[in-house]
Amino acid sequence: MSSDAIAIQTAEAAGRPWVETLHEWVTTVDHKRLGVLYILYALFFLVIGGIEATIMRIQLMRPHNDFVSPQVFNRMFTMHGTTMIFFVAMPILFGFANYLVPLMIGARDMAFPRLNAFSFWLTAFGGLLLYFSLLGGNGLYGAGNAPDVGWWAYAPLASRAFSPGHSSDYWTIALLASGFGSIATAINIIATIVSMRCPGMTLSRMPLLAWMNLVMSGMVLLAISPLSAAQIMLLVDRYLGGHFFDTQAGGSATLWMHFFWIFGHPEVYVLIIPCFAFASEIIPVFSRKPIFGYPVMVGATVCIAFVSMSVWAHHMFTIGMSSYANSFFTITTMAVGVPTGIKIFNWLGTMWGGKIQFKTPMLFCIGFLFQFLIAGLTGIMLASSPFDWQLSGSYFVVAHFHYVIVGGILFALFGAFYYWYPKITGRMLHEGLGKLHFWLFLIGFHLTFDLMHIPGLLGMPRRIYTYEPGRGWDTLNYLVTIGAFVQGIATLVFVANLVISYFKGTKAGNDPWDAWTLEWSVSSPPPAYNFASIPRVASRRPLWDLKHPEDPDSHYE
Amino acid sequence: MHGSGGQAVFVFNWDCRYQTQVHSKSCWGCLMRIVETMQKADWPAIFSRVTSAALLLAGVLLAAGLCTATPQANSVPSIFDSHSTPADSIRHLSFFVLSVTGLIFLVVFSLLTYAIVKFRGRAADTDREPAQVYGSTQIELAWTIIPILIVVVLFLATARVIHAIQDAPKPAEAVEVTAIGHQFWWEFRYPGLGIVTANELHVPVSDPSHPTPTFLRLLSADTDHSFWIPQLAGKTDLIPNRVNETWLDPHETGLFLGQCAQYCGTQHAKMLLRVYVDSPEDFKVWVRGQQQQANEDEKEAARRRVFERTACLNCHAINGTNGTGRFGPDLTHLMSRRTIASGAAENNSQNLRLWIQNPDSIKPGSLMPAMKLSDAELDALVRYLETLQ
Amino acid sequence: MSTVATPLPKAPLDWKLPYRGKVGMACLIIAESAIFTIFVVAYLYYLGKSLSGPTPREVLETPIFYTICLLSSSLTIHIAGKLLERGRRAAFLASWLLTLILGALFLYGTGQEWHRLIFERGLTISTNLFGTTYYSLVGLHAFHVTVGLILLTIVLLLGLAGRVGRDQSARIEVLSLYWHFVDAVWVVVFTVVYVLGR
Repeated sequence: MSSDAIAIQTAEAAGRPWVETLHEWVTTVDHKRLGVLYILYALFFLVIGGIEATIMRIQLMRPHNDFVSPQVFNRMFTMHGTTMIFFVAMPILFGFANYLVPLMIGARDMAFPRLNAFSFWLTAFGGLLLYFSLLGGNGLYGAGNAPDVGWWAYAPLASRAFSPGHSSDYWTIALLASGFGSIATAINIIATIVSMRCPGMTLSRMPLLAWMNLVMSGMVLLAISPLSAAQIMLLVDRYLGGHFFDTQAGGSATLWMHFFWIFGHPEVYVLIIPCFAFASEIIPVFSRKPIFGYPVMVGATVCIAFVSMSVWAHHMFTIGMSSYANSFFTITTMAVGVPTGIKIFNWLGTMWGGKIQFKTPMLFCIGFLFQFLIAGLTGIMLASSPFDWQLSGSYFVVAHFHYVIVGGILFALFGAFYYWYPKITGRMLHEGLGKLHFWLFLIGFHLTFDLMHIPGLLGMPRRIYTYEPGRGWDTLNYLVTIGAFVQGIATLVFVANLVISYFKGTKAGNDPWDAWTLEWSVSSPPPAYNFASIPRVASRRPLWDLKHPEDPDSHYE
Repeated sequence: MHGSGGQAVFVFNWDCRYQTQVHSKSCWGCLMRIVETMQKADWPAIFSRVTSAALLLAGVLLAAGLCTATPQANSVPSIFDSHSTPADSIRHLSFFVLSVTGLIFLVVFSLLTYAIVKFRGRAADTDREPAQVYGSTQIELAWTIIPILIVVVLFLATARVIHAIQDAPKPAEAVEVTAIGHQFWWEFRYPGLGIVTANELHVPVSDPSHPTPTFLRLLSADTDHSFWIPQLAGKTDLIPNRVNETWLDPHETGLFLGQCAQYCGTQHAKMLLRVYVDSPEDFKVWVRGQQQQANEDEKEAARRRVFERTACLNCHAINGTNGTGRFGPDLTHLMSRRTIASGAAENNSQNLRLWIQNPDSIKPGSLMPAMKLSDAELDALVRYLETLQ
Repeated sequence: MSTVATPLPKAPLDWKLPYRGKVGMACLIIAESAIFTIFVVAYLYYLGKSLSGPTPREVLETPIFYTICLLSSSLTIHIAGKLLERGRRAAFLASWLLTLILGALFLYGTGQEWHRLIFERGLTISTNLFGTTYYSLVGLHAFHVTVGLILLTIVLLLGLAGRVGRDQSARIEVLSLYWHFVDAVWVVVFTVVYVLGR
């Protein structure tokens, strides 16, 4: 059956006018194609966001540098943050979720395929609108009319009084659009997981990737909404004369901060939880053992979701809240580290006693483990509010969150790419190039983000386009920039690998990694209908049961 | 590397001895096996490892080569170089937190590294899967309880410091300062002493036996700012329509550097802070100087009129003139400050001229307009300003 | 290894999962609740903080009648759903129409109140903090009522064209869920604005 699917697709691919293919892709409601569209869209913006970062790093290589003006620099850090969070991380994770969730739960598509397509195009529109802003103002060299209020758009900086013109509106409306797209995708994922699992797949037999996307989607519903609400309020202020955040009329600047971070903190867990999912699928397969402590992994994730809704004001330790409020948010922030740390131990337990294969997906997941450990620990440092009174708003925080996002999220994503690329395209990514990508990126990452902690400890604030010489920051900034270039080169290696392997990679077959979840039971790439007949499962690792009929999981779990 | 039949398979023992599974009968045989192994080696991986090591080495050499002379002490605003009670408390707490997290890191790092090394899959036994272990309640309970205990300990240590710093009582001898954040400069008022100044804060050193800390009320005239002198205290934000408080209790005299730590607009980067901790005598001298009226020398009257007749007085105040503007810094004692433009430039004639004529050359995007004065007017103005001690 | 998942023994034969439309609507309601919560929080936070202008006590009149209209429409839509399940199309349409009318009445009442507030009492969205938060919160709710009315109208038209029968019960129920949510939000808004706020 699977070979028929491949035959059909290759026959189709040959000799079709490109307009037809394009039309098919633009009008698709197939979760696999939408997943690929999300991922490609995100990869494009990853490169753009990387360029923005490089521009900033070049400017910061030397004190009093004049590579770009402060106006351009401020637009760069705003666009870099906004792009990476909303138009790289969110879409790419939704892309993987879209692609994998139906396949892993034995469904033919998502619950609402047309809503799925609508969500993608809404998100895509948001990104394009944001970047359209570059074409205004002083033109492209002046970074146009791009927003320059930071990706948090704090009040009253983003109000009409301090942000005249439309740059802040691009930020607001682009994110409103993509926010609604994200909420719609979350609704889709939840409905799919709740209503469309194949027979036998109880919630406790779902792959961890499905569980984690379920939890992540629940968080999206509760987290994105506050941001949308706050943005509507900002628009009311800017266009209808409202006073939500108008301090001259008695409004509160800190109210915006609360609303933003009620979104902002759960958001970062929204980003990391799917990456936990990748690690939870990849590490077992390459350790040749099941995940250690499946129920606790689920429980810890749900725990993280709940507790993370109560930690938001650790981004606001310096705004002058009472000592009781600061203490409260200190304890909740430290508490959320417990279930998070537990997961690291569970992954360790999975590898323990296993037979670890150091293929590229596993290399990236191992990098993820070490780096996420460090990121979590610097997070604990930031959780201690007096310590945070020194570290907040400095390069220490920038180093911390990049450690999570690049060292944690991006590494896990790279792992996911190498692991599922064969399934999506039918070809293996080149292992040698993959290892080169890994090592280069590792070196660059550590050069940049290990060193970046130090200027923060030495008093260097963030969001500054230049700095005074002689404060001990000069050399460190220079080296940090070198690391950025190394990461850039590594990324180019990765992109080259993606492209070359698409055409020249070895054919993958159904199950190149000898894995255990349902997506590996269909052809690579899967047929449009996913499964010839809806599967039935009796355990968490249906393919393990099939491959080891003498010792199936269903006897133990 | 797969071995089958009589082929030699190299196995690297954890103590790094080679062991061949099939003994070769001669040196030549052994050598051929080495060559075979090399041919089958994962060259891209080896290459990438060598390249990475080389890059790392290059980076280290680059760093060494780039190291300039160590900057002067006190010009590095390190949070670990604390000279004031709140900064000291934070430093002590930070050492505790760092040791706990450092210990956790060492333990988990070692376990992870051990696992990766010990449980690496050997090429020979890809056929059999390892024991499929699903979990262990005792172990999972242990590694839940221990982190919870660690969190409790860390929290208690932290809560103590939070209260010690935030709820510190204000002694009667404290110096009171009101700091008002502007885009992109600092206004400092000493309400009890009748002083209004800008950008450079003077505070008395505080003797532990008879403390004279400085308590600051933090306000903002426009957007959010943050007052941060790492060596003296943690940062506290200045937020419009809100009153925040912080305090310094410096033990050494000297100049301490800091800057705005909350993005406030285009020139956030150059909203610098200079805090002079003076000996009690020096502080008294400074205060008396600041409390004087501006020089009302008749010789300067003509030059003073340039100030009074141009738009300067819309934004700037000078005691004894018509200038009562509060949008820009108070200039009454301009020359008592070492820098202008909130630390962006040294306070000398050349910079004063440049600042008035073309502020964008020093601080592009600041709210000081280019004044468009003729050379003569500019000369007169600068000479007048230089009399404002 | 090429494997195709084949039916495994001991899988449950009766495999019934919740209807995805209901799950989807429940999720939408959760998300919308979060949005409304933020507006309610802003409203409560700013109570008494306006620097000038009319206060709630001075200008608000409790809309008892229109509230009764809206809350009754929940009852009528529930009845409509039940009627449709039993296949009584004509009765369903009548009940549905009644729901629509009651909802429209509520919207009219909101419009009337706003007209009075703006032109007689001088309270606009830009007057003061109360004005901003009041119009935003009540306006957000009214927007959701409007969307609901549009959806109800579409169903009415489809129903008049004979396209809504017993088989569409599940979808009608999903839409009723939305309408009940809108009513529930009004209960909260009413309490916050007209009871607590004064």
